[in-house]
Amino acid sequence: MKKSKSEPLFHIVKRDTLVWYKAWGIRAAAIIAALIVCGIVTTVTTGLNPISVYGAFIQGAFGSGRKVWITLQNMSILLIISLALTPAFKMRFWNIGGEGQVLVGALATAACMILLGDKIPNPLLILIMTVSALAAGAVWGLIPAVFKAKWNTNETLSTLMMNYIATQLVAFFTVVWEVPKGSFTVGIINQSTNAGWLPQLFGSKYLLPIVVALVTTASMFVYLRYSKHGYEIAVVGESEKTAKYVGMKTEKIIIRTMLLSGALCGLAGLLLVGGINHTITTTINSGQGFTAVMVSWLAKFNPITMIFTSFLIIFLERGAGEVSTNFGLNQSFADILTGIILFFIIGCEFFITYKIVGKAKKAEPAGASKSIEETKTEKAEAEEKAEETAEESKAEETEEKTETAEKTE
Amino acid sequence: MIDIVAFIPRAIGQSVPLLLGCSGEILTEKSGNLNLGIPGVMYVGGISGVIGSFFYEQACVNKEMNPLLAILIPLLCSLVGSFIMGMIYCILTVSLRANQNVTGLAMTTFGVGIGNFFGGSLIKLSGADVPSIALSRTSGYFSKALPFAANLGWFGKIFLSYGFLCYLSFIIAIIAALVLYKTRAGLHLRAVGESPSTADAAGINVSKYKYVATCVGCMIAGLGGLYYVMDYASGVWSNDAFGDRGWLAIALVIFSIWNPLIGIFAAILFGGLYIVYLYIPTGMDYMEFKELYKMIPYVVTLFVLVLTSMRNKRENQPPASLGLSYFREER
Repeated sequence: MKKSKSEPLFHIVKRDTLVWYKAWGIRAAAIIAALIVCGIVTTVTTGLNPISVYGAFIQGAFGSGRKVWITLQNMSILLIISLALTPAFKMRFWNIGGEGQVLVGALATAACMILLGDKIPNPLLILIMTVSALAAGAVWGLIPAVFKAKWNTNETLSTLMMNYIATQLVAFFTVVWEVPKGSFTVGIINQSTNAGWLPQLFGSKYLLPIVVALVTTASMFVYLRYSKHGYEIAVVGESEKTAKYVGMKTEKIIIRTMLLSGALCGLAGLLLVGGINHTITTTINSGQGFTAVMVSWLAKFNPITMIFTSFLIIFLERGAGEVSTNFGLNQSFADILTGIILFFIIGCEFFITYKIVGKAKKAEPAGASKSIEETKTEKAEAEEKAEETAEESKAEETEEKTETAEKTE
Repeated sequence: MIDIVAFIPRAIGQSVPLLLGCSGEILTEKSGNLNLGIPGVMYVGGISGVIGSFFYEQACVNKEMNPLLAILIPLLCSLVGSFIMGMIYCILTVSLRANQNVTGLAMTTFGVGIGNFFGGSLIKLSGADVPSIALSRTSGYFSKALPFAANLGWFGKIFLSYGFLCYLSFIIAIIAALVLYKTRAGLHLRAVGESPSTADAAGINVSKYKYVATCVGCMIAGLGGLYYVMDYASGVWSNDAFGDRGWLAIALVIFSIWNPLIGIFAAILFGGLYIVYLYIPTGMDYMEFKELYKMIPYVVTLFVLVLTSMRNKRENQPPASLGLSYFREER
């Protein structure tokens, strides 16, 4: 904000395309800056040594074999949801209803397990579960898509509402199915018979979601890049008018893509209930529908890159969870750190897409000759700017916490 | 039967955080910023106020609190907290042109985290056995009803029994409507939201309007969090208690078709819908239907959203550039 447009000291120019290693350099710089700020915030608010906190971070994500598996499993679920949202985002359809689509998928799975468990053979049950979870998710994606296609209803807001409708629907059925009565929880479904529990792959209960996630990633990559559908999605995303002009049926594309998007979210719901938790709660998805938006966007909607971004987010979550338990902090500390890191990453994208040209350099034709020096200063600026952003939030916390600290003494 | 005299004050009490969030978000959205961080902002607004008053209460454990300070300290803290959140959002989306949805969601994560973390730390500091902080003394000042409310029977109960923030919320909504539709600044603001490039060509400082509208909007929304803790919850902060009211406030913006005056009535209606499940007799055997009744506000919002887009009346549409960053160089 110090760089308002009215000041003629500099102007902002769009970069052609930044070489990939420079782009990743900027991102890495932003993450490092974010980690530094997080360290400062941690020390100031909790009085802990940041190095030991970072140690605990790694410990939390990779500390033991089991922890590594859980990290990978959580990553796969988040990755599937992110992949599910991606085709919609590429079409500039802001589906922030992942949460609801996963929930109804989970609900459909749980319904099959409870109502049909032990009544039909297990393979058939699992087939029915899969179909109904995909269908439920698809329907939840279809509703806003139809509104958008027919009447151009704002999809961000309609999908948001669908989330809460889904949550209440799950709450409703939780009460219907609650065991024991009045507990408001369903409990482990079919604990004695394991009916409808998804099979373990190679004797590991963690492997199934991971394999599904990898297959989904590869297929989504191929679908978006090499299929006709993928191409149509890209065209609609770039310009709906162009799509119409060349004779694409945009309504059909929107509806088809959202069906896919919803169905994949339903798949995540299936894995959550059938494969991992074997129960259903309103918070079973713990906000991953929203986190997935960030994962997908951070990866620039590239399925392969999404593996890394989902890893980053889950790493933070697991690490911060460990920090919280180790140092007796409350779990929400993870959210604060994730928030700070996200702000930095979001902010640094600007410096990848644009560059700031100072007044003195105005004489040069923009973008023609970019010296190494210039890129360096830009990088420094990137950090500086990102720091500014977080510093404010930090300043607030610092203030509050020093007060807290004083009080304790 | 529903006891109307008891129901209406409760509905209005529920409606105040929604209305404040809604008025704030309307201002923000009119500038073309779709701030999905409002739930986070409201948490920060709430916890900042709580922190302020917590230390003030601690400072005068054994002496009388100054009523003015007891109100001003939390109020200012809350405003500062939510202002900072607004600035973060603006720096990222306006100056750095980041995607608004992503930034908003990150802000919600961050804000809710701040609320629950500092809430949790304060709970630990106060050494209470229950997982909440009670600031009943401060709350007493915030929820002080008008002095003659008690003497006027049902009239007093329905119209005069609220704390000052409640009346303030209505006044803010009215002022917001006046500013938006009756002043030149409001006209400029709407122009920025509809078509920033046109506004820019007309010599309006687009960035400035976006910054001011978003930050003021966040401060108003933050007051909603403050009201919830200090007045509605009688000064008791417990983690996650604020719930999804922030999202509901965003829904309310659509419901009130971007007009703060309609927002007042819509907020009261939503406040009623939010608690109506408590009043619908279901009997002990059908507790599950209470959960379905909680769905009503969202279904109604979705319905209104679709209806306004179906009717396609120009004045009822979202601001045309809502959710898009403005790049002057890309015209």
